[in-house]
Amino acid sequence: MTSQQATQEVLRPPQPPGLIKWIRDNLFNSWFNSLLTVIFLPIVFFAVVNIIIWAFTVADWRAVTQFPMLYAVGQYPRDEVWRVGIGLSAIVFLLGASWGNWGGLLQSISIAFGIAFAVFAILPVQHDQLDLNMRLYLGGNVILLLLGYLIGRMKAVKGGHIVIGWGIVPFLAVFLLTGRRGSELLPDVATTLWGGLLVTFLLSAGGILLSFPIGVALALGRRSTLPVVKAFSTIFIETIRGVPLITILFMFSIILALFLPAESRIDRLVRALMAVTFFSAAYSAENVRGGLQAVPLGQIEAAKAVGMNGLQTMVFIVLPQAIRAVLPAIVGQFIALFKDTTLVVIVGINDLLGIGRSIINSDPEFVQLQLEVYLFIAIVYWIFSYLMSLASRRLEAALGVSTKL
Amino acid sequence: MTSETTNEPIIICQDVHKWFDDFHALCGISMVVQPQEVIVIFGPSGSGKSTFIRTLNRLEEHQRGQIIVDGIELSHDVRNIERVRMETGMVFQQFNLFPHLSVLQNITLAPIWVRKWSRDKAEEVAMQLLERVGIPEQALKFPGQLSGGQQQRVAIARALAMQPKIMLFDEPTSALDPEMIKEVLDVMVELAQSGMTMLVVTHEMGFARAVADRMYFFDEGLIVESGTPDDIFHNPQEDRTKLFLSQILQH
Repeated sequence: MTSQQATQEVLRPPQPPGLIKWIRDNLFNSWFNSLLTVIFLPIVFFAVVNIIIWAFTVADWRAVTQFPMLYAVGQYPRDEVWRVGIGLSAIVFLLGASWGNWGGLLQSISIAFGIAFAVFAILPVQHDQLDLNMRLYLGGNVILLLLGYLIGRMKAVKGGHIVIGWGIVPFLAVFLLTGRRGSELLPDVATTLWGGLLVTFLLSAGGILLSFPIGVALALGRRSTLPVVKAFSTIFIETIRGVPLITILFMFSIILALFLPAESRIDRLVRALMAVTFFSAAYSAENVRGGLQAVPLGQIEAAKAVGMNGLQTMVFIVLPQAIRAVLPAIVGQFIALFKDTTLVVIVGINDLLGIGRSIINSDPEFVQLQLEVYLFIAIVYWIFSYLMSLASRRLEAALGVSTKL
Repeated sequence: MTSETTNEPIIICQDVHKWFDDFHALCGISMVVQPQEVIVIFGPSGSGKSTFIRTLNRLEEHQRGQIIVDGIELSHDVRNIERVRMETGMVFQQFNLFPHLSVLQNITLAPIWVRKWSRDKAEEVAMQLLERVGIPEQALKFPGQLSGGQQQRVAIARALAMQPKIMLFDEPTSALDPEMIKEVLDVMVELAQSGMTMLVVTHEMGFARAVADRMYFFDEGLIVESGTPDDIFHNPQEDRTKLFLSQILQH
């Protein structure tokens, strides 16, 4: 500090302490807000208190707590559930390695998952499905996460290795889950038995991973100068966007099955995945197209001027900026897709919501408990949707520095 | 043509025409540029000077006439266009740095992917160029964190990284605050003195006086007058040139 600054320093008027200041700034900063606060604070207070009292005294959570496996994997044969477990552990391990290699957002996600596993592993309740083996498995995942972290930290492990791992794991998981007919070790498990969170995650993750590149391709196609490509992309996008998802699901699960010969029939889970993917791709395409339009022409000229060809310009200059510009909209589309997967109930696939419904319908006693079941399912969806939007905000913040012009 | 053939022109433009729909932007431009020459092009806005310089690396397509750059004729042949663009660097009025890449990545992207250099070599050359334009300490920052003058110097380094034979400048100082114009012009003067072939669209007459070999005055898509800076400043022949110079020099 220079002497000039020191002599000119004027003391800031004293500020009220943090909490009082926050209350004054946010709840009582105008007469209207003060009025709203006075009216709604008691309402909110009593609502919250009543919900808590209901949840711990009146509510009967049996329909939720009795069937953790059903909610997790549906009717997947209990003897074969270890295959789901290995798939999950592979993902946990890779998550840990990614955390070790890149840190940042992945660290928060990893820690959240690690804590969740640890909490369930040592949950002090008696439950026949939370036996010692299950607790060991959950605890093992925490160790696997940390092991992945340490391996990810090693100098020899490059980001490329982990990306390759992420590329292999989906195929490995699908192979593990389906198995092969006649195999001793991995007998095939029909997808009609798959259900619960497993199906919700498969449809969501598959839908997101497949729809995004298709959406980018469609967005580029719609801006193409080749008339056939442009027409195809435009018709595809507008057709899909003009039709409700339920209709598309029906089309893929019933009409497609009617038209294709029996021997080339596509699995119904795959058909549902195709429907969700194409639906989401059409919307992603419009989001990406908005981003493409936001990239200034000068960027393309600068890329051309240094000798880059059309493909290089697109991959290195245009797409990164376009996707950054519309990242919130794209993540919003992913969250919508995640929630929209509940519609597969209509075509007879038991995702998380479907399992909840079949549990309610399985026992007259449980019909009384549907509020608890739906609330539980809503909370599960909320947690994952919120995690996605949190991730999106962190990602935007991380990319923010470079997008300033 | 015996011993003089070593001094072959690096740019030959013959009767170049350009239309934007019905608007005749270039009405027959002919120009021959020798290696290491510094050409300054000036004129009122809408005179076609920017359009002309942009036809030289085919950011604009000409519709009649002939443009030969470094022995390659510009036509619809995409491979020829890419070869010409590898040999010509361009600096834009609005810098057009890639905002999502660091300064170093801005400079090394094309050498790595177009020239197929190794990353190490590209980064070494990039750091030398950043030294040359005076901002090596900014290498890891993003364009949005730099001042306008610094950004334009990065843009010059980015163009030079491809080791072009010709540098095109399209009003490089017009978007800059006055106190930043000098730092960019200093870099350009140094570049001119190092023997780079340069075509510069600018109204910086001090720069023209200092380093230009020839000046061209454009108006309404035509070259109205050309000559050495001495001729243009002290003995302009055309009334339009005199009028324009009096307007931009009176301050």
